[in-house]
Amino acid sequence: MKLYRRFFMIHLKSAFQYKISFLLISIGQFFTAFMVFVGVKFMFDRFHTVKGYTYSEVLLCFSIVLMAFTLAEMFVRGFDTFSHIIANGEFDRVLLRPRNEIFLVLAGKMELSRVGRLLQSIIILAYGINTCEIIWSWDKIVTLILMICGGTVIFACLFIIFAALCFFTLEGLEFMNVFTDGAREHGKYPFDIYGKKIFKFCTYIIPYTLFQYYPFLYLTGREDNKLYMLLPIVASLFAIPSIMLWKFGVRHYKSTGS
Amino acid sequence: MKKYMSLLRMRFISGIQYRSAALAGIVTQYVWGFMLILGFKAFYDADASAFPMSFDALVSYIWLNQAFLAMFMPWITDTDILESIRDGSVAYELCRPVQLYPMWFYKSMANRLSRAVLRCFPIIIAALFLPRPFKLLAPSDFGALSAFLLSLFIGFLLVVAFGMITYIITFYTLSSNGIRIVIIGTVEFFAGSIIPLPFFPENIRKIVELLPFASMQNVALRIYSGDIIGIEIIFRIVLQLFWFIAIYLIGNYLMRKAMRHVVIQGG
Repeated sequence: MKLYRRFFMIHLKSAFQYKISFLLISIGQFFTAFMVFVGVKFMFDRFHTVKGYTYSEVLLCFSIVLMAFTLAEMFVRGFDTFSHIIANGEFDRVLLRPRNEIFLVLAGKMELSRVGRLLQSIIILAYGINTCEIIWSWDKIVTLILMICGGTVIFACLFIIFAALCFFTLEGLEFMNVFTDGAREHGKYPFDIYGKKIFKFCTYIIPYTLFQYYPFLYLTGREDNKLYMLLPIVASLFAIPSIMLWKFGVRHYKSTGS
Repeated sequence: MKKYMSLLRMRFISGIQYRSAALAGIVTQYVWGFMLILGFKAFYDADASAFPMSFDALVSYIWLNQAFLAMFMPWITDTDILESIRDGSVAYELCRPVQLYPMWFYKSMANRLSRAVLRCFPIIIAALFLPRPFKLLAPSDFGALSAFLLSLFIGFLLVVAFGMITYIITFYTLSSNGIRIVIIGTVEFFAGSIIPLPFFPENIRKIVELLPFASMQNVALRIYSGDIIGIEIIFRIVLQLFWFIAIYLIGNYLMRKAMRHVVIQGG
């Protein structure tokens, strides 16, 4: 943990070496997310509800998914861009070091300029909390936090899986973005609006709905079963197959560098 | 002219070599299009009367937007152009007996075109054979189809000309990442690729439709789906032409100005 903090400080310092660039990229990130938000607003100005979900409820859902994705992208960026590490042979260096390789890849890269998007998601969340009719008892607050954490874990696992696949393909797989960027974009609405087949996929193949839809039902008072609030923890079990796949990939690793 | 055309051909041929990347892109865009349609369908089911265009028109809009994504998306940039400004190798380009603006113009045209050519047909063909609410319908008549193709082409030229301005900005700022992200976000939104322009509130839409961004893919896609008809087609295409010429001239002017002050980076 202490080492991780050291790494974090180094990344922070290096980001601040290029202050203007860092600031502009953060503003850009903020702005892009803001535009998506305006899109949602325009849709709800016109339609008012979708499948019974109100505007502020959708904003809650949107901000939670956006925040989870952004946190994962900030801190698990090393896996997201893992194809570069493989391609230029840097992974050899990682393997030589006397630490766990997951830790080293994790700490080796952080994308702190995503803070702009994080800020945007916090604003939307605050706005959603303010305007929705949820009474914020402790269990709802816990649910909200669990949703964000669970989502971060799921997105992080997806990044790890893509990285693991790089061991076999040696290059990034663009269509994998469907599962990360796609879930961020389309997960702004609760997944049940997309119909049964997509919903099943998002439950049994990649457990998005366990951190998004089901706890969201509990959060908005559509469901009283307390189990729903704990489902993000179940979703985090997704980490087990992901890390197994990663370990399997590492064993198959053949160096590409020179 | 001939040298630029051969440059275009060269880049085009090298661009279509990336077939596996194209396949991945096709799958991505196909899934993406499907999710978008399903999302809009949920809104349609919520309140069909508030839907500003027919559902079939929207479906065509989404499929064609996905099919021609590489032609219009602002986030597709020629990284080697940006790189050449940053590391100073642009100096070599300046030594050649060609003009920089048209050279880059054709280069980015070829880059986008080669990606689009590989991707558009599989997506269009697959979408044509889907069952009804998801089906890409054929255009209403031959006139609409030819107007669509013309508008598509002008819109494409406009996107390339607009991209040129973002490259030229790099001469002034060097690290243009942040500015570019802001520009990309703006273009995406006002060109109607986050939500189609008809979904904008009425009074905002009236202004947005006059901006250059609305002359990119918006016009062509809506001509195809029959959302823009009759005399309005001519008006919109003239507006597209106007914006293309304006942005082209501004780009040329900025380029000349930048060339006068250019400082070559690197050693």
